[in-house]
Amino acid sequence: MTFGLFKLLLDGLWITIQLLVFSAALAVLIAFTAGLARLSRRRAVRFFAAVYVEFFRGTSALVLMFWLFFALPLLGWQLAPLWAGTLALSLSFGAYGSEVVRGAVLAVSPGQREAATALSFTPWQRLRLVVLPQAVPEMLPTFSNQLVELLKATSLASAVTIGDLTFQAQSVRLATGESAQVYGLILGMYFVIAFTLTRGMRLLERRAKANLGLGRLVTGPEAPLGSEPPTAPAGPPPLPEPTGHGQGGGI
Amino acid sequence: MAPTDSATEERTPTGGTTPPLIRFDRVVKRFGGVTVLDELDFSVAAGRNVTLIGPSGSGKTTILRLLMTLIRPDGGSITVDGDNLTHMVRRGKLVPADEKHVRPIRKKIGMVFQQFNLFPNMRVLRNLTEAPVRVLGMDRDEAEIRARELLEMVGLADKADAHCAHLSGGQQQRVAIARALAMRPKVLLLDEVTSALDPELVAGVLDLLRDIAVSGDVTLVCVTHEMGFARDVSDQVLMFDAGRVVESGPPEKIFSDPDHQRTRDFLRAVR
Amino acid sequence: MDWDWSYVWDFMPQILDGLVVTLKATVLGSLLAFGLGLVWTLLFRVPSRWVRWPVRAVVEFVRDTPLLVQLFFLFYVLPTLDISFSPLVTGVIGLGLHYSTYTAEVYRAGIEAVPRGQWEAATALSLPRTHTWVAVVLPQALRRVVPALGNYVIAMFKDTPLLYAIAVLDMLKQAQEVGAESFRYLEPMTVVGLLFVVIAYPTSLLIRLLERRLGTH
Repeated sequence: MTFGLFKLLLDGLWITIQLLVFSAALAVLIAFTAGLARLSRRRAVRFFAAVYVEFFRGTSALVLMFWLFFALPLLGWQLAPLWAGTLALSLSFGAYGSEVVRGAVLAVSPGQREAATALSFTPWQRLRLVVLPQAVPEMLPTFSNQLVELLKATSLASAVTIGDLTFQAQSVRLATGESAQVYGLILGMYFVIAFTLTRGMRLLERRAKANLGLGRLVTGPEAPLGSEPPTAPAGPPPLPEPTGHGQGGGI
Repeated sequence: MAPTDSATEERTPTGGTTPPLIRFDRVVKRFGGVTVLDELDFSVAAGRNVTLIGPSGSGKTTILRLLMTLIRPDGGSITVDGDNLTHMVRRGKLVPADEKHVRPIRKKIGMVFQQFNLFPNMRVLRNLTEAPVRVLGMDRDEAEIRARELLEMVGLADKADAHCAHLSGGQQQRVAIARALAMRPKVLLLDEVTSALDPELVAGVLDLLRDIAVSGDVTLVCVTHEMGFARDVSDQVLMFDAGRVVESGPPEKIFSDPDHQRTRDFLRAVR
Repeated sequence: MDWDWSYVWDFMPQILDGLVVTLKATVLGSLLAFGLGLVWTLLFRVPSRWVRWPVRAVVEFVRDTPLLVQLFFLFYVLPTLDISFSPLVTGVIGLGLHYSTYTAEVYRAGIEAVPRGQWEAATALSLPRTHTWVAVVLPQALRRVVPALGNYVIAMFKDTPLLYAIAVLDMLKQAQEVGAESFRYLEPMTVVGLLFVVIAYPTSLLIRLLERRLGTH
């Protein structure tokens, strides 16, 4: 493989990263909007959110991408290929993500919402100041998995002629015929990105836990590499054990 | 239907001439097919601490939750400090109150929960300052000074920057009490605030509440199984059974010489 | 552009041919994933770390890299090693291998969810080890495993269009060919997209029902 061809792969890598970042950002936006809409008090809002989620969870991301790329222009709406790819990915992953958001919000104990009501917070303040700050750390482990799935799914964009890493690998294969080397190389590149993303997300998870006063930042040895942090059970957070300091409740 | 008659005032021993701080007027609450409150009438005068006693399932906690607007009644109306908590006038008609109507009235009421419900995403001090800043529009520095005073009062001045999850149950409950007081409510609802605590942590919380009760800044409405505490802090005790007030009176009377057999049975059972 | 129903009826048989291929790939791919996943799970439990670690690494690698690239790898590299399969078989291998890394996790979680006490009880009763597995652990693990596997079958079903890239005549490929012939992509692409929803949604409802029945939700 010449340097010129390797440069081609790097160009592809850059497009892959752009696809990943744009569609992750848009998917998160969609996930929160649809996830919260499914918990709305208005029946119509809940209904439309559910239709969106079930439809886009039901269909294939690749078919969706083809549809946006080939069929949508015939309805008079032409998207730049990169945007068609981004939109297809974020609509699919936003639908999955909305379920994660919904589940995590429901897992915040009702007592938290009641306490927020008792302090006269508005519904929006309850959500923003109390519910979401507790729900987001619960979402992170699943979002971390979804992010790797999204990275893998960016390769679908090559099918609609977006010059991502997979697309450029095909070009290089055609030029050199070195299938094993080329595909082996980019599989390695994908794995390195996935590995980096997973580690980064794990750091975020740990920080989020620490913000809630959970996790092992206070005492105890660092968790060994590769061991999963124990996930909190669904439902109300467990009451902490009395810790002994400040003995008793006397004033 | 506006609650205008004064029947309930006459019936309560605490009514007097001042209008009651809290008034329940034929309040009905059902859960599924079960009627928990059956046309309940009662009122509480300002500055008179009240304790609700009675067997579990008699609707005591439901009363507190109705007052805190965590749930809505299925009938009747509730008035707090002269404002109607359950109904409002729209285009000349009395309709169920909406969130906007309820909000200013709700600010007069605070609540302490059985499970503390501190916000784990905020440190102790933020738990106390967030609502005064966001809801009352208090200056953050001012709110912090006030919060530190309250923490001092509940004996946790040194925990201002701690995570809630790192406090013992008793400490959490004292923070929760301080958090409710930070909003300077006229009424403080206490919903079995010691039930979730280990026995050795109960005394500290109750001592604190006794101090608050005698200070007279806020009217306490308690649901508790701590009869000794009820006797100490309340000016009036209401005995509930099956969604109705069986009898009410000053604690000395209810605890030593109740009129009703139900009350006697209940008191014998909890002792 | 108007929707043309007569055009839809013209190409429908071709799409349905594609659907048969899609379903075939899903079924065969699932069977392979179920079996291979079990192999990974058992290898995870081998005492020697010289077996466990490499297996873990391979499984992790396959799970964290794109199926599409893996399909290309199989499609273009296997023939250079003088191993050649039809595109469909290559596709089934790719799908099965990729999803086996997920089913392996499902099995692992299922086995770990069987309470420790069950193992201890079986030991206390002096049940032979194989009998403990067959009569005690697997039936309990299965309750958790079945719905999770079902969800991965649906996921795989929605991933079969990727096989179009290695010239398998699945629904997507058929739709593309129909569209390329007449330059009308709207109808075939829409029909295929809807067919996926029409099949996947009721199936996922069924699995949710199953989850509730088995009491694992």
